[in-house]
Amino acid sequence: MYLYDSHDRQLVDERVAQFRDQTRRYLAGELSEDEFRPLRLMNGLYIQRLAPMLRVSIPYGLLSSSQLRMLGHIARHYDHGYGHFTTRQNIQYNWPALEHVPDILADLAKVDMHAMQTSGNCIRNVTSDHLAGVAADEVEDPRPYCELIRQWATLHPEFSYLPRKFKIAVSGSQRDRAATQVHDIGLQLVRNAQGELGVEVLVGGGLGRTPVIGEVIREFLPVRHLLSYLEAILRVYNLHGRRDNKHKARIKILVRAMGAKEFGARVDREWTALRERPELTLADTDVSYMKGFFQAPDYAAGVETAPLDAALANDAAFARWFRRNTVEHRQPGYRAAFVSLKAPGVAPGDMTADQMDALADIAEGFSFGEIRVTHTQNLLLADVRVDELHALWKRLEAEGLGTPNVGTLTDMICCPGLAFCNLANAGSIDVAEDINREFDDLDYIHDLGDLRLNMSGCMNACGHHHVAHIGILGVDKKGAEFYQLTLGGSSANDAALGDRLGPAVPKSEVPGALRKLINTYVDLREGEEAFLDTYRRVGLEPFKERLYATAHS
Amino acid sequence: MPRLIRNRQIVTGDRWVFQDADASLPQGAVDLVLPLDQYAEQREQLRESHQGRLGLVVDGTVTDDEIAPLLDELALVAIDFPSFTDGRGYSLARQLRQIHGYRGELRAVGNVLRDQLAYMERVGFDSFLLEAGRDTADALKAFGEFSAYYQNAPLDQLPRLRRRQQMRAA
Repeated sequence: MYLYDSHDRQLVDERVAQFRDQTRRYLAGELSEDEFRPLRLMNGLYIQRLAPMLRVSIPYGLLSSSQLRMLGHIARHYDHGYGHFTTRQNIQYNWPALEHVPDILADLAKVDMHAMQTSGNCIRNVTSDHLAGVAADEVEDPRPYCELIRQWATLHPEFSYLPRKFKIAVSGSQRDRAATQVHDIGLQLVRNAQGELGVEVLVGGGLGRTPVIGEVIREFLPVRHLLSYLEAILRVYNLHGRRDNKHKARIKILVRAMGAKEFGARVDREWTALRERPELTLADTDVSYMKGFFQAPDYAAGVETAPLDAALANDAAFARWFRRNTVEHRQPGYRAAFVSLKAPGVAPGDMTADQMDALADIAEGFSFGEIRVTHTQNLLLADVRVDELHALWKRLEAEGLGTPNVGTLTDMICCPGLAFCNLANAGSIDVAEDINREFDDLDYIHDLGDLRLNMSGCMNACGHHHVAHIGILGVDKKGAEFYQLTLGGSSANDAALGDRLGPAVPKSEVPGALRKLINTYVDLREGEEAFLDTYRRVGLEPFKERLYATAHS
Repeated sequence: MPRLIRNRQIVTGDRWVFQDADASLPQGAVDLVLPLDQYAEQREQLRESHQGRLGLVVDGTVTDDEIAPLLDELALVAIDFPSFTDGRGYSLARQLRQIHGYRGELRAVGNVLRDQLAYMERVGFDSFLLEAGRDTADALKAFGEFSAYYQNAPLDQLPRLRRRQQMRAA
């Protein structure tokens, strides 16, 4: 992973000192609430329903064991002993005290971490594929480009007061695991007929109140121009994005109003002036220097598969975990193993300080001391020897991190909801718990196969409900919590926004409604067909009929 | 208290006069700042008979193309920030400096506050008229908060890696 040099450290340390002074001036009454707000937001600090919330940046989801230990330390000393991993591969703490935040940032700086640009109207943490560097279908490792983008975007003087937040995702594989089509900018690394590396550039995707699938404005951008082209897009957005209405301020609204073609033409005009600027051009040495940080670890050759085969044959519980929570690896003798943060009775994405400490040790023992955060709010150990998987599983089980449900119905993406969030109309964590109780038969869940269930507590869509196979959206109906259901969304290559089923159902009926939808699928499924495929084949009607049929049916 | 900072120094006795919308043009060697529409309207007359220097005040709704033809005759461009959260002025400043090569004074006016000064300087502003009632001496501290940056200074064109090497060596 990327290692800070003296220059990176200097910048982060200076940022901590700056925010310490800003916090002091705010508490002394020298800075008004309105003046302090954007400053604290750009340092990751929200003021929430019950307490401040601090969101810490995990660039493209990569963590070292020592960084994870520090996250545990912060959870233990400044919070209530846990943290919450988010869909943007970050972590947030729900209970820090405002006056402690500069100290938290100073602690983070000790392990080369920060909370810059995890909130506010600026370029947010760049997200990417959790299988970067290990996926078999990879065109090019996206991480060096993510880091180049991170540095370009960090404290960018021109783009720190944008019309609204701005999210960039990078995918380097044929299968899009980074949801690039629903980001403000989606970047897909591609090769042309000559074998040269380039970037397919999408703009204007996003979820929220107005979900939109992004549009391609450039099919092949030579990688050397990546930063100048991004700068041109951001400049057009900064100058022309709406500032009169925050609900219409995202780039998707601008792209839609202008048309993608006209937007692309404006970008080209700005880009003409920027594309040959040396400081925005990626020389071969820039790229090779950055690639040096993301070399494959020292894999063992000739790893035996016999111990794994024996364990799979003799231990059914292990075999179940292996099937659901591990995926193939490009290196023979290795697999990538998911660490589920979706145990029953635990808020999706939550992890205790003790679990963080334990996993930091486990990662050192089994996966070169590296941990990754996925956008589905799980963690991943990317490089595990197959002959050590059984031992790994036992360690994870002992820490409550071995729930074999990755990619299934109970591996829900879920926002914090009414329990924590100012914006929420309805609870989501408690509904997730109800769903877990309703679907507690692991074998049954495994038989259902791949199923993405996402839940948001309001239309701002932090839980990505639009792009779920089954989406659940909390709404407020005269003070009561109701839930609208959608079917058929996806954030993968076949990206689609879910279709609304019909009237929202009350909170108590959500698990039962879900049961009806699942039963409909089971009845109509052909062979091993996945939920999404069945839905796309049969359409909305059969599900709608079953869900809204009156009691006698 | 003086409100103007130029090149990181507090300035007393600024010579620039911001022209009121409907007042008639002052006579003599006055350094005069006009809004864009007024400037465009009276441009011929100004060029022929005005004895002082000329400046322009615009906000972020103006495009660089509208200003570019005038830059050669301007000694000051003031960009107005109606609110400190309105970031259009940053992009306009960079366009003027980077694309159009403007080298005269570039002044931030309006809701100009301490915590944005360093960003403004990094996009090419060299003078800042702080909002009334602010502590100008305190605001100067903003320029010393950072010594490390990931982006070039406004006029530098160093390649990325060379800039980093210089930064590390510093």
